[in-house]
Amino acid sequence: MHLILFLVFAGLCLAGAINLLLQSHPINSALSLIVVMVSLAVLYLLLGAEFLAAAQVIVYGGAIMVLFTFVVMLLNAGREERTLGSRAARAIGFPAVVAILAVIATVILHAQGLGVARLSDGITSTEELSAVLFTKLLLPFEVTSVLILIAILGAVALARHSEGNADSQGSAERTGEK
Amino acid sequence: MSSLFTQEVPLSWYLLLSAILFSLGVVGFLIKRNLITVFMSIELMLNGVNLSFVTFAHQWHAVKGQIFVFFVMMVAAAEAAVGLAIIIAVFRARATLAVDRIDRMKL
Repeated sequence: MHLILFLVFAGLCLAGAINLLLQSHPINSALSLIVVMVSLAVLYLLLGAEFLAAAQVIVYGGAIMVLFTFVVMLLNAGREERTLGSRAARAIGFPAVVAILAVIATVILHAQGLGVARLSDGITSTEELSAVLFTKLLLPFEVTSVLILIAILGAVALARHSEGNADSQGSAERTGEK
Repeated sequence: MSSLFTQEVPLSWYLLLSAILFSLGVVGFLIKRNLITVFMSIELMLNGVNLSFVTFAHQWHAVKGQIFVFFVMMVAAAEAAVGLAIIIAVFRARATLAVDRIDRMKL
Protein backbone atom coordinates (compact mmCIF):
# COMPACT_ATOMS: atom_id res chain seq x y z
CA MET A 1 0.00 0.00 0.00
CA HIS A 2 2.85 2.32 0.91
CA LEU A 3 4.55 1.54 -2.40
CA ILE A 4 1.39 2.29 -4.39
CA LEU A 5 0.77 5.54 -2.53
CA PHE A 6 4.39 6.56 -2.94
CA LEU A 7 4.42 5.84 -6.67
CA VAL A 8 1.13 7.64 -7.30
CA PHE A 9 1.99 10.77 -5.37
CA ALA A 10 5.65 10.91 -6.38
CA GLY A 11 4.45 10.65 -9.99
CA LEU A 12 1.92 13.44 -9.43
CA CYS A 13 4.62 15.52 -7.80
CA LEU A 14 7.05 15.10 -10.70
CA ALA A 15 4.30 15.63 -13.28
CA GLY A 16 3.30 18.87 -11.56
CA ALA A 17 6.89 20.08 -11.40
CA ILE A 18 7.52 19.31 -15.07
CA ASN A 19 4.21 20.91 -16.04
CA LEU A 20 5.28 24.04 -14.12
CA LEU A 21 8.28 24.30 -16.42
CA LEU A 22 6.37 23.57 -19.63
CA GLN A 23 3.40 25.91 -19.16
CA SER A 24 3.84 29.39 -20.56
CA HIS A 25 1.03 31.06 -18.64
CA PRO A 26 1.86 31.89 -14.98
CA ILE A 27 -1.58 30.86 -13.69
CA ASN A 28 -1.11 27.34 -15.10
CA SER A 29 2.31 27.17 -13.45
CA ALA A 30 0.76 28.28 -10.15
CA LEU A 31 -1.93 25.59 -10.34
CA SER A 32 0.63 22.86 -11.07
CA LEU A 33 2.70 24.10 -8.13
CA ILE A 34 -0.37 23.53 -5.94
CA VAL A 35 -0.50 19.92 -7.21
CA VAL A 36 3.18 19.51 -6.27
CA MET A 37 2.62 20.88 -2.77
CA VAL A 38 -0.47 18.83 -1.99
CA SER A 39 1.13 15.60 -3.18
CA LEU A 40 4.20 16.45 -1.09
CA ALA A 41 1.84 16.72 1.89
CA VAL A 42 0.75 13.11 1.27
CA LEU A 43 4.40 12.05 1.09
CA TYR A 44 5.04 13.78 4.44
CA LEU A 45 2.14 11.82 5.88
CA LEU A 46 3.64 8.59 4.52
CA LEU A 47 6.87 9.49 6.32
CA GLY A 48 4.96 9.98 9.56
CA ALA A 49 5.03 13.77 9.74
CA GLU A 50 1.37 14.47 10.37
CA PHE A 51 1.74 18.03 11.60
CA LEU A 52 3.93 18.99 8.65
CA ALA A 53 1.45 17.43 6.22
CA ALA A 54 -1.29 19.65 7.64
CA ALA A 55 0.99 22.69 7.70
CA GLN A 56 2.07 22.01 4.11
CA VAL A 57 -1.53 22.07 2.92
CA ILE A 58 -2.50 25.08 5.00
CA VAL A 59 0.62 27.24 4.68
CA TYR A 60 1.97 26.27 1.27
CA GLY A 61 -1.07 25.02 -0.59
CA GLY A 62 -3.31 27.57 1.06
CA ALA A 63 -1.67 30.81 2.09
CA ILE A 64 1.38 31.06 -0.16
CA MET A 65 -0.27 29.79 -3.33
CA VAL A 66 -3.32 32.01 -2.80
CA LEU A 67 -0.87 34.91 -2.60
CA PHE A 68 0.75 33.77 -5.84
CA THR A 69 -2.47 33.33 -7.79
CA PHE A 70 -3.73 36.62 -6.37
CA VAL A 71 -0.66 38.46 -7.63
CA VAL A 72 -0.86 36.73 -11.04
CA MET A 73 -4.46 37.85 -11.41
CA LEU A 74 -3.85 41.32 -9.95
CA LEU A 75 -1.00 42.06 -12.34
CA ASN A 76 -2.88 40.42 -15.20
CA ALA A 77 0.30 38.63 -16.17
CA GLY A 78 0.04 37.39 -19.71
CA ARG A 79 1.71 34.58 -21.55
CA GLU A 80 5.46 34.75 -21.13
CA GLU A 81 7.63 35.30 -24.14
CA ARG A 82 10.15 32.58 -24.80
CA THR A 83 13.64 33.89 -25.18
CA LEU A 84 16.88 32.01 -25.14
CA GLY A 85 18.04 33.56 -21.90
CA SER A 86 21.60 34.32 -21.08
CA ARG A 87 24.43 32.44 -22.67
CA ALA A 88 26.03 31.82 -19.29
CA ALA A 89 22.87 30.06 -18.11
CA ARG A 90 22.98 27.69 -21.06
CA ALA A 91 26.74 27.10 -21.04
CA ILE A 92 27.29 26.73 -17.29
CA GLY A 93 23.87 26.45 -15.68
CA PHE A 94 22.44 23.33 -17.30
CA PRO A 95 25.64 21.23 -17.16
CA ALA A 96 25.96 22.29 -13.51
CA VAL A 97 22.39 21.16 -12.77
CA VAL A 98 23.00 17.80 -14.45
CA ALA A 99 26.30 17.40 -12.59
CA ILE A 100 24.73 18.24 -9.21
CA LEU A 101 21.85 15.83 -9.80
CA ALA A 102 24.27 13.08 -10.89
CA VAL A 103 26.48 13.59 -7.82
CA ILE A 104 23.53 13.61 -5.40
CA ALA A 105 21.96 10.54 -7.05
CA THR A 106 25.25 8.63 -6.90
CA VAL A 107 25.76 9.50 -3.24
CA ILE A 108 22.19 8.52 -2.34
CA LEU A 109 22.25 5.25 -4.24
CA HIS A 110 25.57 4.22 -2.68
CA ALA A 111 24.70 5.36 0.83
CA GLN A 112 24.87 2.64 3.44
CA GLY A 113 22.42 2.32 6.25
CA LEU A 114 19.48 4.15 4.73
CA GLY A 115 16.35 2.54 6.08
CA VAL A 116 12.96 1.84 4.61
CA ALA A 117 9.59 3.43 5.20
CA ARG A 118 6.56 1.33 6.04
CA LEU A 119 2.99 2.20 6.81
CA SER A 120 3.39 0.54 10.21
CA ASP A 121 6.20 2.89 11.24
CA GLY A 122 3.89 5.09 13.23
CA ILE A 123 3.67 8.84 13.12
CA THR A 124 5.40 11.61 14.97
CA SER A 125 2.63 13.16 16.97
CA THR A 126 2.16 16.90 17.18
CA GLU A 127 2.60 16.57 20.94
CA GLU A 128 6.14 15.23 20.50
CA LEU A 129 6.95 18.00 18.06
CA SER A 130 5.61 20.79 20.23
CA ALA A 131 7.35 19.43 23.33
CA VAL A 132 10.70 20.08 21.65
CA LEU A 133 9.59 23.26 19.90
CA PHE A 134 8.28 24.98 23.02
CA THR A 135 11.00 23.90 25.43
CA LYS A 136 14.39 23.57 23.75
CA LEU A 137 13.70 25.77 20.74
CA LEU A 138 11.52 28.43 22.30
CA LEU A 139 13.88 31.31 21.50
CA PRO A 140 14.15 30.56 17.73
CA PHE A 141 10.37 30.17 17.65
CA GLU A 142 9.83 33.58 19.22
CA VAL A 143 12.46 35.18 17.00
CA THR A 144 10.58 33.82 13.97
CA SER A 145 7.50 35.75 15.06
CA VAL A 146 9.61 38.92 14.97
CA LEU A 147 10.76 37.93 11.48
CA ILE A 148 7.17 37.57 10.31
CA LEU A 149 6.27 40.93 11.85
CA ILE A 150 9.15 42.55 9.98
CA ALA A 151 8.04 40.81 6.78
CA ILE A 152 4.51 42.23 7.17
CA LEU A 153 5.88 45.71 7.78
CA GLY A 154 8.26 45.33 4.83
CA ALA A 155 5.50 44.19 2.48
CA VAL A 156 3.24 47.10 3.48
CA ALA A 157 6.10 49.61 3.25
CA LEU A 158 7.15 48.32 -0.19
CA ALA A 159 3.63 48.50 -1.58
CA ARG A 160 2.99 51.97 -0.18
CA HIS A 161 6.36 53.37 -1.18
CA SER A 162 5.98 52.36 -4.81
CA GLU A 163 2.47 53.74 -4.86
CA GLY A 164 3.58 57.19 -3.69
CA ASN A 165 6.73 57.15 -5.78
CA ALA A 166 5.47 55.88 -9.11
CA ASP A 167 1.98 57.28 -8.91
CA SER A 168 2.49 60.07 -11.43
CA GLN A 169 4.46 57.75 -13.69
CA GLY A 170 1.93 54.94 -13.36
CA SER A 171 -1.04 57.18 -14.06
CA ALA A 172 0.81 58.65 -17.03
CA GLU A 173 1.31 55.15 -18.39
CA ARG A 174 -2.31 54.28 -17.76
CA THR A 175 -3.55 57.32 -19.63
CA GLY A 176 -0.98 56.58 -22.32
CA GLU A 177 -2.50 53.14 -22.76
CA LYS A 178 -5.94 54.57 -23.22
CA MET B 1 -1.27 -8.69 -4.36
CA SER B 2 -0.73 -9.03 -0.64
CA SER B 3 3.02 -8.55 -1.13
CA LEU B 4 2.26 -5.32 -2.95
CA PHE B 5 0.27 -4.16 0.04
CA THR B 6 2.93 -4.94 2.60
CA GLN B 7 5.82 -3.66 0.56
CA GLU B 8 8.08 -0.97 1.89
CA VAL B 9 9.70 1.94 0.14
CA PRO B 10 13.45 2.56 0.47
CA LEU B 11 14.19 6.01 1.84
CA SER B 12 16.65 6.56 -0.99
CA TRP B 13 13.68 6.88 -3.34
CA TYR B 14 12.37 9.78 -1.29
CA LEU B 15 15.81 11.39 -1.35
CA LEU B 16 16.04 10.89 -5.11
CA LEU B 17 12.62 12.52 -5.54
CA SER B 18 13.75 15.48 -3.48
CA ALA B 19 16.96 15.82 -5.54
CA ILE B 20 14.94 15.71 -8.77
CA LEU B 21 12.49 18.32 -7.47
CA PHE B 22 15.37 20.58 -6.50
CA SER B 23 16.99 20.19 -9.94
CA LEU B 24 13.68 20.92 -11.67
CA GLY B 25 13.47 24.07 -9.56
CA VAL B 26 16.94 25.14 -10.68
CA VAL B 27 16.07 24.43 -14.33
CA GLY B 28 12.87 26.46 -13.96
CA PHE B 29 14.86 29.29 -12.43
CA LEU B 30 17.11 29.27 -15.49
CA ILE B 31 14.58 28.84 -18.30
CA LYS B 32 11.51 30.74 -17.09
CA ARG B 33 11.19 34.29 -18.31
CA ASN B 34 8.40 35.53 -16.06
CA LEU B 35 9.28 37.05 -12.68
CA ILE B 36 6.44 35.27 -10.87
CA THR B 37 7.29 31.88 -12.37
CA VAL B 38 10.94 32.32 -11.44
CA PHE B 39 9.75 32.93 -7.88
CA MET B 40 7.62 29.76 -8.05
CA SER B 41 10.72 27.80 -9.07
CA ILE B 42 12.42 28.98 -5.88
CA GLU B 43 9.45 27.66 -3.89
CA LEU B 44 9.85 24.34 -5.73
CA MET B 45 13.49 24.17 -4.64
CA LEU B 46 12.51 24.89 -1.02
CA ASN B 47 9.94 22.08 -1.17
CA GLY B 48 12.52 19.65 -2.55
CA VAL B 49 14.85 20.41 0.35
CA ASN B 50 11.98 20.10 2.85
CA LEU B 51 11.24 16.57 1.60
CA SER B 52 14.80 15.48 2.28
CA PHE B 53 14.62 17.00 5.79
CA VAL B 54 11.48 14.99 6.54
CA THR B 55 13.07 11.85 5.08
CA PHE B 56 16.12 12.17 7.32
CA ALA B 57 13.90 12.91 10.31
CA HIS B 58 12.21 9.58 9.59
CA GLN B 59 15.55 7.82 9.14
CA TRP B 60 17.05 8.96 12.45
CA HIS B 61 13.74 9.06 14.35
CA ALA B 62 14.57 12.65 15.22
CA VAL B 63 12.01 15.40 15.68
CA LYS B 64 14.44 18.19 14.92
CA GLY B 65 14.37 17.60 11.19
CA GLN B 66 10.63 18.17 11.17
CA ILE B 67 11.02 21.31 13.27
CA PHE B 68 13.54 22.59 10.75
CA VAL B 69 10.94 22.11 8.00
CA PHE B 70 8.48 24.05 10.15
CA PHE B 71 10.92 26.96 10.34
CA VAL B 72 11.59 26.77 6.60
CA MET B 73 7.84 27.02 6.00
CA MET B 74 7.56 30.12 8.18
CA VAL B 75 10.52 31.77 6.48
CA ALA B 76 9.06 30.83 3.08
CA ALA B 77 5.78 32.49 4.01
CA ALA B 78 7.59 35.68 5.01
CA GLU B 79 9.72 35.48 1.88
CA ALA B 80 6.66 35.06 -0.35
CA ALA B 81 4.96 38.10 1.20
CA VAL B 82 7.99 40.35 0.77
CA GLY B 83 8.94 38.93 -2.63
CA LEU B 84 5.47 39.40 -4.09
CA ALA B 85 5.37 42.94 -2.72
CA ILE B 86 8.65 43.60 -4.52
CA ILE B 87 7.23 42.06 -7.71
CA ILE B 88 4.19 44.37 -7.49
CA ALA B 89 6.50 47.35 -6.95
CA VAL B 90 8.63 46.34 -9.95
CA PHE B 91 5.54 45.90 -12.11
CA ARG B 92 4.26 49.33 -11.16
CA ALA B 93 7.59 50.93 -12.02
CA ARG B 94 8.29 49.02 -15.25
CA ALA B 95 4.88 47.74 -16.43
CA THR B 96 6.47 44.41 -17.34
CA LEU B 97 7.21 41.08 -15.68
CA ALA B 98 9.72 39.80 -18.24
CA VAL B 99 13.06 39.30 -16.53
CA ASP B 100 14.93 40.21 -19.70
CA ARG B 101 13.53 43.74 -19.59
CA ILE B 102 14.19 44.24 -15.89
CA ASP B 103 17.94 44.68 -16.12
CA ARG B 104 18.52 47.81 -14.08
CA MET B 105 18.39 48.46 -10.34
CA LYS B 106 17.65 52.14 -10.84
CA LEU B 107 14.37 53.41 -12.16
